[in-house]
Amino acid sequence: MKKMLATLAVGLLAAISGMGAAGAEPVKVGFVYLTNPGDHGWTYAHEVARQEVEAHFGDKVETSYVENVPEGPDAARVIRELARNGNEIIFTTSFGYMDPTLKVAKEFPNVKFEHITGYKRSANMATGNVRFYEGRYVQGVVAGMMTKSNKIGYLASFPIPEVIQGINSFALGMRSVNPDAELSIIWVNSWYDPVKESDAAKVHIAEGADVLAQHTDSPAMLQTAEKAGVVGFGQSSDMKAFAPKAQLFSSVNNWTPYYIGKIQQLMDGTWSTGEGPDHWAGNTWLGMADDYLVLTPFENMPADVKAAAEAASAKIKGGYNIFTGPFNDNQGNVILKAGESYHDGNLWNDMNYYVEGVNGKIPG
Amino acid sequence: MAVMEQLILTVMLTSVPLVFAATGELVAERSGVLNLGVEGMMLMGAVAAFAAAMGTGSPVLGILAGACAGALTAGLFAFFALGLATNQVATGLALTIFGTGLSGLVGAPLVGHAIDGLPQLHIPLLADIPILGVLLFQHDIMVYLALAMVAVTAWMLKRTRMGLILRAVGDNHDSAHALGYRVLAVRLLAVMFGGMMAGLGGAYLPLVLTPHWAEGMTAGRGWIALALVVFASWLPWRVLAGAFVFGGITIMQLAGQARGWTIAPQFLSMLPYLATIVVLVLISRNRQFALANSPACLGRIFHAGK
Repeated sequence: MKKMLATLAVGLLAAISGMGAAGAEPVKVGFVYLTNPGDHGWTYAHEVARQEVEAHFGDKVETSYVENVPEGPDAARVIRELARNGNEIIFTTSFGYMDPTLKVAKEFPNVKFEHITGYKRSANMATGNVRFYEGRYVQGVVAGMMTKSNKIGYLASFPIPEVIQGINSFALGMRSVNPDAELSIIWVNSWYDPVKESDAAKVHIAEGADVLAQHTDSPAMLQTAEKAGVVGFGQSSDMKAFAPKAQLFSSVNNWTPYYIGKIQQLMDGTWSTGEGPDHWAGNTWLGMADDYLVLTPFENMPADVKAAAEAASAKIKGGYNIFTGPFNDNQGNVILKAGESYHDGNLWNDMNYYVEGVNGKIPG
Repeated sequence: MAVMEQLILTVMLTSVPLVFAATGELVAERSGVLNLGVEGMMLMGAVAAFAAAMGTGSPVLGILAGACAGALTAGLFAFFALGLATNQVATGLALTIFGTGLSGLVGAPLVGHAIDGLPQLHIPLLADIPILGVLLFQHDIMVYLALAMVAVTAWMLKRTRMGLILRAVGDNHDSAHALGYRVLAVRLLAVMFGGMMAGLGGAYLPLVLTPHWAEGMTAGRGWIALALVVFASWLPWRVLAGAFVFGGITIMQLAGQARGWTIAPQFLSMLPYLATIVVLVLISRNRQFALANSPACLGRIFHAGK
């Protein structure tokens, strides 16, 4: 009972502060970051977008962020603190913040929450995401054409849906141009551990890989590739400065249109969670066609590979569904027959396998 | 064979930061001071090394800058833990937090830049020996420096009067004090040495392994170094062996995955810590063994007046 009263009081307070802010006061926007903006990867991309939000709205917004927030229950305290401090919309920028965000969203019904890369929603909590896997399909096409050893090495962080989607999309792209290429995965169990990423890259190279891809955040893998004379792809932001000869291209996350769009909706009073009869369609999940995912210029590759990369990009921008049959999992089971395609819900619920061309099996 | 050669080489290089940091911490602990700030000191060493190497274009100056930054950071710890006799555990933890934060702050303008890093040496004739040449005689200078520091530390602790005094201070500071040794001065030097070594360990990251600066780039290696000191039961050569074991486990699990082994990577990631716990259990079971090397005054505050 006491707890309920406390929740009520907190809710009321939030409501009052929410009303107060409806005047000429700037809209307060909060961000929760997984690492620090200095990672030059995932969080850096969010920080760039936050700064562009400030540039776009000027005095009309007041943004703040908390960095180095561990995923898990502890995150709830940070998110709650941001809500208490009068932020009207809070972006929580990592998958692992999903449950904590949901919990705090229930405590602050008048604050809007935008959780990034998850799938759970509530009355005042929406989800936003980028179709990262689209860029990885293009990477797969380039890797499949560039490899001479037919061995491609991939660094993965944690076996969550987004990462599995990326691996499978990469492999489908790779196999679309080179049926003999094999993709081998090393899970480094971290989003950010430069030395371990570099070690894993060295192991891949020792095992014969000549093209490397990563779903981790530091430029360490590309630096290792540069030194060893192999090539690879950057992650989240342009990493050309670290590996001018090794970077084929990077898939850059562009959160700016999403942040500006959502804050504008809040100002206009049109903000919604997008929840409807089809839960998955409510996701703000856009990709290359809408510039949510931007590929840096294709470099360090022959003209025919570049042309293939451009063709694959154009195909995806034109609305091509990457997860279209026929394809099998790597155990030989048919996943989709010719003409069948996945819809967004399948990507989250059903993708618990590696497609053909990927070695090993998903850990855990 | 070439694959094994490359894998062993990777193990050796990934172990270097651990060898530096753990050897330094070992000396501090043998003098009776538990400094949990290794991670913070490593990061200060890393950022200073990168800044100096980038600013001057000389990675060798980077090594010096890293060593100095580590020692200075340790000096801050010594000011509180020795000078003001604050709790060592709390002060060490605070130092890690401080070092992580300060290195991120001063390193912010360095993010996004890359350097060439330390060159590999090519020792004439020896470097051309098959296999051994690649494994032993084609490293950068810091690899040899790390080995030399282990050898010097082992010799110093066991064979010199200085080592004897250091161990006396660590094992019974009251007796050492009664004999006229300046306990706090000895500890100050040991802590500064530990900081210098942690700084060198940190410097190895941006100078060789991953030639860029990024906040928090040590990613917990300072903590592994602390575990390693216990794993090595406070003996320098065992630190070297332990660092290879820890590094070997890491690389083995990465290579296992690349080859499609079905053992869970989470389990293998856990092994260094598991090994440390096993060693701790073994030490506590065998009192003789424990008494031999573990500094009896580890973490205890020394008051000259008592």
